[in-house]
Amino acid sequence: MAPEPTPLKAQCDEALHEIYHLLSGELDNAKRQQIAVHLDECAPCAEPYDFYAELRRCVQQRCQDQAPPELLARIKAALNHEPHA
Amino acid sequence: MADQAKFADLAMEHMSSLYSGAMRMTRNPADAEDLVQETYLKAYRGFGGFEEGTNLKAWLYRILTNTYINTYRAKQRRPDETDLDEIEDLYLYRRLGGLEAARTGRSAEDELMDLFTEAEVKDAVEKLPENFRMAVLLADVEGFSYKEIAEIMNIPIGTVMSRLHRGRKQLEKLLYDFAVSHRLAEPVADPAP
Repeated sequence: MAPEPTPLKAQCDEALHEIYHLLSGELDNAKRQQIAVHLDECAPCAEPYDFYAELRRCVQQRCQDQAPPELLARIKAALNHEPHA
Repeated sequence: MADQAKFADLAMEHMSSLYSGAMRMTRNPADAEDLVQETYLKAYRGFGGFEEGTNLKAWLYRILTNTYINTYRAKQRRPDETDLDEIEDLYLYRRLGGLEAARTGRSAEDELMDLFTEAEVKDAVEKLPENFRMAVLLADVEGFSYKEIAEIMNIPIGTVMSRLHRGRKQLEKLLYDFAVSHRLAEPVADPAP
C-alpha cells in the first residue's frame, strides 16, 4: 500500500519554513526535490519563494563596494616589505 | 603547503569582496582599508598554513573576521540583543509581496531593486547587531555555506543558523522601514496570514 501523501497544509508549512535554507543551497537533494515539486503545484508558496530569491539578489548586488585602486597599491607595497620565506 | 610567491596572484582577486565586507563591518572607508591591508599582511605571513585546494576566500574571510573582532570591535560596541522575537516569518513578503507588480503591471523581476537604493540596503545591513550582520553578510552577500561560516566565525553551526534566522528577519524589518519612509508601502498593523 502506498504511504499516505503529506497533507497540503503540512507541505506548505514545510516549504515556507525552508525558504532561506533552500535559497542558501543548504538542503539535501531529497528535500530540495520535494520542495521543488510542491512549488510547481502550489502558487501561494511559489510566490514568496520568488520574492525571497529576488530579495537575496537585491541584497547581494547592493552590498558590493569597489576597493579603491590605491588600496591595491598600498597592499602590494606592504607585501614587498615583508621578508620572504 | 602554499607558496608565498603565489600569494598575490591567488589572493588579490578577492580584495573587493573583502573590502565590501570590511565596509559593512567597520562602516567607514579608512577603517575598512586598514582592516583589508592588515588581513592581507596576516594572510601573507600565514600563507604556509593555507591548504591548497581549499577555499581561499573563506580562509581570507576568517582572518578578516578575527582581525575585525580583535582590533575594531572594542571601538564600536553595540547592544547585540534587541527585541527581535516579534518579527514573524515572511515579514517583508507579507507587506511588500506583489506590491510593485500590482501597481505597475510589470513582472516581479527587479522590483525590489527599484524599491531599495544601494545606500539603503547597505544602511540596513550595517544597522544589524554585529554578530547577526556578520552571519548575514557571509551567507547572503558572500554566499558561504553554513559550515564555512561556522569555521570563519569559529562558532557552532547551530549558532550560525540562529544568528542567520534572527539577522535575516531583522534585515527584513529594517528594509520595510525604508519602504514605509518612501511611502512606497503603507504601514500594516496586522497583515492577513
